[in-house]
Amino acid sequence: MSEARRLIIRAPTGLPGKFLSINWLFVLLLCVLAGCGYIALYSAGLGPDKYANRQAMRFAAGLILMLGLALTDLDLIRRAAWFLYGFALFLLILVARFGHVGKGAQRWLEIGPLQVQPSELMKIALVVALAAWFSRADWDRVGKPLFLIPPILAILAPVLLILKEPNLGTAVITFVVGASVLLAAGVRLWLFGLGAIAAAAAAPIAYAHLHAYQRNRILTFLHPERDPLGTGYNILQSRIALGSGGLWGEGFMHGTQGILAYLPERQTDFIFTMWAEQFGFIGGAALLLLLLTVVAATFAIAFTCRNQFGRLLALGIAVNFSLYVFVNIAMVMGAIPVGGVPLPLISHGGSALLTVMFGFGLLMSVHVHRHDPMDASFP
Amino acid sequence: MRLFRNPNQTRATFTRRAALLGAAELGGFALLAGRLYQVQVLQGRHFALLARGNRVTSRLVAPVRGQITDRFAVTLAGNRQNWRALLMVEETANAAATLDRFEQILPLAPDERARLNRAIARHQRFIPVLIKDFLDWDQMAAIEANAPDLPGIIVDVGWTRLYPLGPSLAHQVGYVAPPNQKEVAANPLLALPGIRVGRAGIEQFHETTLRGRPGDLQLEVSPVGRVVRELSRQDGIPGPDITLTLDAALQQSVITHLADKSASAVVMDCTNGEVLAMASNPSFDPALFDSGVSEAQWHAWVTDPRTPLVNKPCAGLYAPGSTFKPAVALAALEAGTLTPSDVITCPGYYDVGNTRFHCWKKGGHGPLTLHGGIAQSCDVFFYETARRAGMDAIAALAHRMGLGVGLPIEQPDALPGLIPTPQWRRRHGHRWNVGDTVVAGIGQGYIQITPLALATYAARIASGRAVQPHLTRAIGGSLQPGATARDWPALPTPEAYLKQVRAGMWAVVNDPTGTAPLARLTLPGVQMAGKTGSAQVRRVSRWVREHTNFNSADLPWKYRPHALFIAFAPYDAPRYALSVVIEHGNEGPEAAAPVARAIMTDTLLRDPANRPSALIAANGPT
Repeated sequence: MSEARRLIIRAPTGLPGKFLSINWLFVLLLCVLAGCGYIALYSAGLGPDKYANRQAMRFAAGLILMLGLALTDLDLIRRAAWFLYGFALFLLILVARFGHVGKGAQRWLEIGPLQVQPSELMKIALVVALAAWFSRADWDRVGKPLFLIPPILAILAPVLLILKEPNLGTAVITFVVGASVLLAAGVRLWLFGLGAIAAAAAAPIAYAHLHAYQRNRILTFLHPERDPLGTGYNILQSRIALGSGGLWGEGFMHGTQGILAYLPERQTDFIFTMWAEQFGFIGGAALLLLLLTVVAATFAIAFTCRNQFGRLLALGIAVNFSLYVFVNIAMVMGAIPVGGVPLPLISHGGSALLTVMFGFGLLMSVHVHRHDPMDASFP
Repeated sequence: MRLFRNPNQTRATFTRRAALLGAAELGGFALLAGRLYQVQVLQGRHFALLARGNRVTSRLVAPVRGQITDRFAVTLAGNRQNWRALLMVEETANAAATLDRFEQILPLAPDERARLNRAIARHQRFIPVLIKDFLDWDQMAAIEANAPDLPGIIVDVGWTRLYPLGPSLAHQVGYVAPPNQKEVAANPLLALPGIRVGRAGIEQFHETTLRGRPGDLQLEVSPVGRVVRELSRQDGIPGPDITLTLDAALQQSVITHLADKSASAVVMDCTNGEVLAMASNPSFDPALFDSGVSEAQWHAWVTDPRTPLVNKPCAGLYAPGSTFKPAVALAALEAGTLTPSDVITCPGYYDVGNTRFHCWKKGGHGPLTLHGGIAQSCDVFFYETARRAGMDAIAALAHRMGLGVGLPIEQPDALPGLIPTPQWRRRHGHRWNVGDTVVAGIGQGYIQITPLALATYAARIASGRAVQPHLTRAIGGSLQPGATARDWPALPTPEAYLKQVRAGMWAVVNDPTGTAPLARLTLPGVQMAGKTGSAQVRRVSRWVREHTNFNSADLPWKYRPHALFIAFAPYDAPRYALSVVIEHGNEGPEAAAPVARAIMTDTLLRDPANRPSALIAANGPT
C-alpha cells in the first residue's frame, strides 16, 4: 500500500464525522440480538415485567456507553489501558476480600444498588492492557523473553484471583483471551508449546486443588445421569428441554420445560435452552448464526484496522465474545462442564451486559479510528 | 521517520494468526451447531418423552367401596361423604412446618401428631396422608382460606362406611377398619387415605369384590409439585353392590324376640338355602371399629359372659340335644334297623352293660313308635334307635343333613362343628363305646353343632333338597346361582322316611302329647313342625338325679342347659326353616319354643321369599 493512498484514506476528524463513521450495521446487529434476548427473557419471565423490560433498559444504557466509547480517541484508550487494568485488578482483590458470597463463590461486589462482577471487567481491561503493551513492540522485540514477562504476569495475576473466587469458567476464558492476544501479537510459537507442556504437567496438581464442587462438575459432565436430581439435574433438564423442542420448536411461550420452571437458571445460564425449546433447532441455529456474524464482524474490524493496538484490541474482544458464546452454549448442551457463564446480549444480568457493551464500545472506537497511524508515533 | 522497524512483519503475523483463531472459532461454532442438531433433532424424540414424564404425575384415586343391601335394597353397609384434610408429602418442602401452621388453624390431639409423623415417615411420598377427617363447613372454609400458608395440604372428599342398622347385623355384614402395616406392605394401594379393609362378615368375605379398582388422575405439575392442571381423570371403578339374601326387617324383629338373651336365631328359605335372618345376640356397634375401639369398650366386650363379639349362628358350638333325634331316626330308617311301626318301650331308663342311661321323663313313656318317640322326645327310644343304627350310619346321615360339616356360608369365622365317629375317636387314641353311640342318640356327648347347621338341617328335612345356606343373592345386580330350588339336588334319603320324620315333628308342636305346645302357631290354616332340644353343659350325676329334687333352673346361669328349637313351616308346603339357640335358656320347650313361634309367625306374615325383591324389580334377572 503506497504512502499516498494511506494519506488519502484519512481518519475522520471531529465528532460528527466520527459519529457517522460508526459501524451502524454492527450496531443494528447488536440490536437484533438484544431483541432475541428480549423474546427469550419474555418467555422466561412469563411476561415482560420480570426480566425482559429491565434487560431492555440495561441494553439502552449499554448502547449509550458504547456510542460514547466509540467517539473516544483510541490513543486516549491506549494511554488509559494500565489505569483500567489496575482498577480492575483492585476490584478483583476487593472482591476476594469483601465480595458477596453467592452460590458458593465470591464473585460480586455490591456498590450501592449495583452488583459488579469485576472478573467481567477484567477480561476487557486485560485485552486493552495487553494490546497497549504489544502495540509498542516490533517483531524483534516481541521475540525477547524478558519483554514477555510483564504481560504474562498481567495475565496470570487476574486468572489466579478469579480461580480463587472460585470461577473456573471465567478464569479459563480470561486465560485463553490473554493467550490469544499474545499469539496474535507475534509471541513465538515455541513459547506456546512450552506453556502447553507446563500446563499438561500441572493439570493433575491443579485437579487436586480444585474445589469439591468443581471436581463434581467435571464428573457430572462426564456422566450427567450419575445423580439426576443433584448436580446432573441442570444438564439433564436442559437436554430434555432442548430435545422436546425438536426441529421446529414448541412455539413461543409453549416450551413446557422452561415455562414450567423445570429448567434451572433459565433466565441466565440456560437462556439458550429456553430459546431453543421454543423455536427448535431452526431457531437455535439461527441465533448461533447471528452470534457468529457478530464474531465475524469483530474479526473484520480487526483485519481492517491499520494500527497494532486496534487490531489486538478488536481480536481480544472477538475472542472474548466468541468464547463466552461457545462456553455457554456448549454448557447448556452438556458438551462441557457447567459454569456460571452467561450468553452475552441474551442472558439476564446487568454486569455481564454492560461489560460486553463496554467491550463493543472499545471495538467501535477501533473501527472509527482504524486509519489512525498510532504505531508511527512510537518513539 | 519510522521508528516501527518492520510493521509489515507484525501485521502479516497478526493476520495469519488471527485467521487461525477465527478458523478455530468457526470450527467451534460448527461443532455447536452439530451438537444442537444431535440433541434437538436426532435424539429429540427420546428427550421429548423424558419431558413428558417430567411434568406429568399420576395419582391414585381410591375407589368407592361397594354397598351391601338386603334383598329389598335396604342399605346394610353404605358410604357417607367425608370431607377431610390430606397432606401431600411430596408437595411440601417441610411437612412439619406445614403441620404446625395447620395446627394453628385446626388443633390436633397430641397423639394425633405423633401418628401423623409416623405415617409421613412410613408411607411412600406420593401417597397422601390423612390429617383430619369429618370436617365441617367452617373447618373446610378455614383451611381453604389459609391455603397459601399450607402447601401440600388439600381438602378432598372421601367416603366413610355407614351401617344404618348398626348392631342388628354387625356380625353378618361385618365391619371395616384401616388396613394394618403388613397389608399395606403387600399392597401399597391400601395406603391410600380412606381405604378400609373388611374385617368380619360379608365385608371381609367379599373384600376383593367390594373394594373396586382404583382410578388414575394424570396431573401436570411444576417442579415443586404444584398442580398446574388436571390432564385426565379416570375415576376408580367402584366395587359392585352386593345384595344379600337377608331381610333386614325380619332380622330386626328376630332380634326383638331374642331380647336380652345370649342367643342366636337363623331363618332360612328351606327351598333354596337363602338365609333370611341370622341374628347373634347381644351385638356391638360396627361403626366403632372404623374410628378405633377404646380400651374400656374392648374390655367390656371381651369379659361379657354373653360374648357379644362371637358370631353365634356360625361360630357358636352347641350340643344339639334332642333336636338331633330326627337325624338319628332317619339314619335308622335308612339303615333298615327301624321301621315306622316298630315299638320300643320306655321304662324311664336304658342300660348299656352296667351303665344306666335315663329318660328325661321319670317313670318312662311306655311303648312308643317313631311318631310318638319324636313327638314326646323320648330319650330311651333314641338310645335304642341309635344303638341299632350304629354311629357310622348316624354320622353319615348327619353330614348329609349339613351337621358337622363345613357349610359354604359367607362368614369367615364359620366353624364346621363335629359329629363324632368311632374313627375320629380312635384317631385321638380312644375307644368308641356303645355308650357313646347311645349318648349321641340324644344329641349329647361329643357332638357340636352351630345354629346355622341346625337351620340347614331343618331346611333339608323340610324340603328334601341338599340346600346350602348362603347370604349372597346378587353381586352388581346379577343374581348368583342357588337362588331357586332347581339349583339344589334332592337328598338321597327316600321321601317316605322324611315324611315320617316331618310328621313326628308336626306332632311335637301340634299333638296334645307333643313337647312343644308353646310353639303352636295361632295363624289360621298354617302349622309349624319342630323339635325341641335341651343341651346340658354340665353332667348331672345319677346320685343328684335320684336323691334330690333336681331342677336345672336352680343352677347358676352359666351351668343351665342351652335351650334349642328347630322348626319349619308351613307344614304342608314347607318354605321357612329356623333354628333358635338360647344359651343357658334351661329347657327348649319353655325357653326356645315360644321364641321360635314368634319368629316363625313374623316370617310367615312378612313372607320375604314371596315378596318381589328389589333386585328383580330394578335390574331383572341376568
